[in-house]
Amino acid sequence: MSDLNQALADKYKGNFLKEVIDNVEEGDRVQMCMQCGVCAGSCPMGPHWEHTPQKIFMMIRANKREAVLASDSMWMCTSCYNCIARCPRELPITHIMHGLATYAKRLNLVPKTQPTAKFAQLFWNNLSSKGRVNELKLGISLYFMNGFGEGVKTAMANQKLGLNMLKTKRMAINEAWGGHSVKDKSGFHAMLKKAAEIENDTIEANSK
Amino acid sequence: MSDIVATNETILVVGGGISGISAALEAAEAGKQVILVEKNAYIGGRVTQLHKYFPKLCHPTCGMEINQRRAKSNPNLTILTMAEVTDISGDKGDYSIKVKLKPRYVTNNCTACGQCTDAVEAEFDNEFNYGLNQRKGAYIAYNNAYPQTYVLDERIIGTDDATKAKDACPADAIDLEMQEESIDLKAGAVVWATGWRPFDANKIQPYGYDRFDNVITNVEFERMNDLMGPTGGKVTRPSDGAEPKKIAFIQCAGSRDRNYLKHCSRICCMASLKQTHYVRENITDGTSDIYYIDIRAIDRFEDFYQKVQEDDSVKFIKSKVAFITEGENNNPVLNGVDTEGYHRYANEYDLVVLAVGMEPSVNQGDFPVDIVLNEEGFIEMDEKNGGVFAAGCSSDALDVNRAVQSATASALRAVQVINQVGAVSPQNEGAK
Repeated sequence: MSDLNQALADKYKGNFLKEVIDNVEEGDRVQMCMQCGVCAGSCPMGPHWEHTPQKIFMMIRANKREAVLASDSMWMCTSCYNCIARCPRELPITHIMHGLATYAKRLNLVPKTQPTAKFAQLFWNNLSSKGRVNELKLGISLYFMNGFGEGVKTAMANQKLGLNMLKTKRMAINEAWGGHSVKDKSGFHAMLKKAAEIENDTIEANSK
Repeated sequence: MSDIVATNETILVVGGGISGISAALEAAEAGKQVILVEKNAYIGGRVTQLHKYFPKLCHPTCGMEINQRRAKSNPNLTILTMAEVTDISGDKGDYSIKVKLKPRYVTNNCTACGQCTDAVEAEFDNEFNYGLNQRKGAYIAYNNAYPQTYVLDERIIGTDDATKAKDACPADAIDLEMQEESIDLKAGAVVWATGWRPFDANKIQPYGYDRFDNVITNVEFERMNDLMGPTGGKVTRPSDGAEPKKIAFIQCAGSRDRNYLKHCSRICCMASLKQTHYVRENITDGTSDIYYIDIRAIDRFEDFYQKVQEDDSVKFIKSKVAFITEGENNNPVLNGVDTEGYHRYANEYDLVVLAVGMEPSVNQGDFPVDIVLNEEGFIEMDEKNGGVFAAGCSSDALDVNRAVQSATASALRAVQVINQVGAVSPQNEGAK
């Protein structure tokens, strides 16, 4: 267990709901859940993950800290927004799931074999470097996510698709060298840095 | 000269459902002059479309008959049917009101013999049965309708059917020259009792009311069970007319949902619990499964709920159904996850009844008078409403019992206004 995780667990001992409200983005809305189950039934990924949003929210209230933060559920969310559209109380379920994922990641509690978590990191690295997603690089890094050998195999298998995309200008080969960027790159980095600072300080303060 | 005498000591009641009738009768029996304006061709409103009341499971016609008799015998009460209030101006104690009277094409000579119905051919969706069957172009809404006067549908006017109806009438009660009229009335106070309408189930996209034949609403189910209803009291599947055995009720269909109606409609839980009685009485080996968020057996009806819970043919599933699909044989399949154990289900039924809620029958912005509404569109009790008082379901989602209580309270408020007006009016000057 990381020090931060230990500190937060100690600080909020016996009140995981409070911990979520204080530290997870839009976590306060968990309190609004009335356990109707529409989100669980509406989720296209529902049958494939351990805990439905409805169950996760109840587990939060029931103080199941370890089980919630180590769950694979929030990593399986495809952001289809079906749950938000149907929730009778307009809970931002998708956002809360992402908030929980981010929090679990910060506390180093992400299941080691979680592929979506890996991809999320690749996506973030890609996006945060220039403020624009470099699809070519993202695609390549995704192919090679599980090692060089498998990457080559995947690339070969998708060769035709890639060439067609180049032909129809759906993929730009010159993105491989540098690639496009936001206008004010340093400003963008400064903004991210500030945001991270605020977030770190808040959680740091909450852990004391 | 108009044959309706109305002064600023008259009470106008808008809407002739159970609330409007109750308020009108209370005020009239207290000695006040009352004019009741009803949009339909008959009074009684939604209550007349119910098969049975909860919790006693008695028939609404019974109580309505008593009210009809009270109305008939009270000279203080004037009832205008097929009439709509189009404008109200003035202030508390002195209102000027415009009422639009639609032509009925049938006069008071009507003996309700029904020969016009036999004579005409054109048929239209029967709104009294929520379109579950058709009715003729010359009709009476239901057997006990008050007044016992037939109506010609305006859509047959100018066609052969209209003349056929006129020729068939032995009482010479059909007047095809009747025109729409507008009349002006005075009133000192207004009781607003326009009631509710069932929430439009088509808006709940995941439940497919518009796509699946065997998904119906609770108000339609109510009509099906009525001996005088579209199916003669037989519960049938709209897709094939077969008798359903496995029936599901979905609670909060549109209610308690920020996407549809924010409020709890309050009656639907009791209505579904009541309808499980219909299933047991009318369907051999019929079963009812109730999908709910939580059962709100309002008021003192917990014992009613407990009795239904003891019934082996009724099962309660704590879950708001996520969506409905259609299986074989047009059977609706309910999909979701339950809250007691988080089990994923896909349960097939013969018939699904959506327990749709109540919304105010008048849209915000359509009121002919300035009135304070809450965010759900119900009328708030507010000083700014002056001498306009809401009764029954125009003030909140209420069952019949509470609607009548609310109506009586509004009648008292209206009577108080009239008493104040009476105290200062010139004809009372001498008495002081």
